[in-house]
Amino acid sequence: MKSITFVSPCGMLGYGYPLESLESAMACKPDFIGVDSGSTDPGPFYLGTGKSFVHPLQLRRDLLPLLQASRQVGIPLIIGTAGGSGSNKNLDFFLDILLQAAKENDLHFKLAVIRSEIEKLVVHNALEEDRISPCGFSGPLSASAITETNRIVGQMGTDPIIAALERGADVVVAGRCCDTAIFSALPIMRGFDPAMSLHAAKIGECGTLCATPAGANDTLICTINQDSFHVVPANPDRSCTPETVAAHSLYEQPNPNCFYEPEGKIDLSDCDFTADDRRGVTVRGTRLVSPDKQTVKLEGTALRGYRAITIAGIRDEKCIENIDVIEANVRQAVQQNVRSTIKEDEYSLRFIRYGLDGVMGKLERSTNKPHEIGLLIEAIAPSQELANMIVGLTRSTCLHQHFPGRKTTAGNLAFPFSPSDFQGGEVWEFSVYHLMEVQDLDSLFPVTFKEI
Amino acid sequence: MRLYDLANVIRSKNAGPFTLTVDLLFEDDSRFQKILSYEILSPKTVAELYDVRPEDVTIHPFESVKAIKITLPRPCKASSGAPGDTDVYGSSQHYPLADLELHLSLPKIPSSCFLALRTF
Repeated sequence: MKSITFVSPCGMLGYGYPLESLESAMACKPDFIGVDSGSTDPGPFYLGTGKSFVHPLQLRRDLLPLLQASRQVGIPLIIGTAGGSGSNKNLDFFLDILLQAAKENDLHFKLAVIRSEIEKLVVHNALEEDRISPCGFSGPLSASAITETNRIVGQMGTDPIIAALERGADVVVAGRCCDTAIFSALPIMRGFDPAMSLHAAKIGECGTLCATPAGANDTLICTINQDSFHVVPANPDRSCTPETVAAHSLYEQPNPNCFYEPEGKIDLSDCDFTADDRRGVTVRGTRLVSPDKQTVKLEGTALRGYRAITIAGIRDEKCIENIDVIEANVRQAVQQNVRSTIKEDEYSLRFIRYGLDGVMGKLERSTNKPHEIGLLIEAIAPSQELANMIVGLTRSTCLHQHFPGRKTTAGNLAFPFSPSDFQGGEVWEFSVYHLMEVQDLDSLFPVTFKEI
Repeated sequence: MRLYDLANVIRSKNAGPFTLTVDLLFEDDSRFQKILSYEILSPKTVAELYDVRPEDVTIHPFESVKAIKITLPRPCKASSGAPGDTDVYGSSQHYPLADLELHLSLPKIPSSCFLALRTF
């Protein structure tokens, strides 16, 4: 047991990767292929609805070559956060694509499926027993927040994946999963240093995002040795340098000197990054500090209503000057108009003013006066019909709203489209983003097997 | 001179749906050290700019890559994608910090230099 090599084809299944890169990576005789298939990055909608944020055709395009390559040489393929957010619905959507691709291409393997949806009762009990704490700035969790949550997933670490691999799984499809678990499970199972394995996994999980030119859409080859690991892009047009690999530790992390996984705190403060002459970098000096208690990160979502929007340009200078007055008067007129149908606290109306303060809102400090504003009006209401009605009324009111010194008496807004309003559908919010202390991890992440 | 003109890379991103992280990357070590020594780049300043509590702001230097990482609660008071959010990925929240004036007499970052580092 000298080293173990894995291939990370891309940062996310469905982001694409060159097939030539996979081919070169496979020539290095890897021990397994790992790939992440989900994230909370695109927001709460995807866990809330169980829908995929990657198109099924693109998912299949990325998945099939990995399945074929791994079956051809008989190495495990490990897929984490399958289908987008790891809920049972996401997982089943993913399995449909996987099984259809396998059938059409006559591929056979032992499949392990690890589910990660957690019963709300388990979380209620943990809350009562004071085993829940906030994660980041999510604040304290309440029983009512759990009740209004539609589904909760737990982020698994390496243990359930190791359990699947120990029982001979060729393909592991995991629900919500720490990105590091995908790539460090097999190395840890084979006895490699967990600190090196977890750090290698952290660097490797985004494909070549740790290289230059950076990209989540290309393949990284990573080899873990006893006291170091080595990363190199499969594509000869990309290189890793000590700076790009070290800088990747900053990405999306609150603290560049360490990160936390279920296996413990991974301390990077004494890490050493050395370049070789073949576009690769070797990393040494990572340390692992075991945790005091075992925790699982929970993610849950609650439905907050339905969205409708309209988009319009404002070009008139007096209109731009009076935008605050217009907004206040439109809000008031709309409220008076709809109050027999819906109470003021049952809907929300938002004016996003691109060109003025659309991105930063009240925090915008620039006092530059724009010559035009892109106005996005959003209504969120308890039903799609109500949201449509409110945004429609707001649009027509705003179009004809009077203001001091008005010259544009035929209309204030330039609509690029007919119809001018759009349905945004369900609006979700992360209602649970907390750590739960647990004794028995295995029961949370059940593994099932099937011969395909 | 504004922080935007002093850093080679200035970028923001969610670190989970409730936390924002802003990275400042520098090519030049003396510039990096000088900026670190400026008291204005403090949790108090960041808290005022983003309307968050100073005790919730952390500023970490990362010497090996000449970087400063600033972490704070999401400034729009909404978690990623929740009603009221304006930036689901948090990738345009480096303002108003980028506009922060540091009274330094250093040359602006030339654009070629910027191009070399922006690929991180």
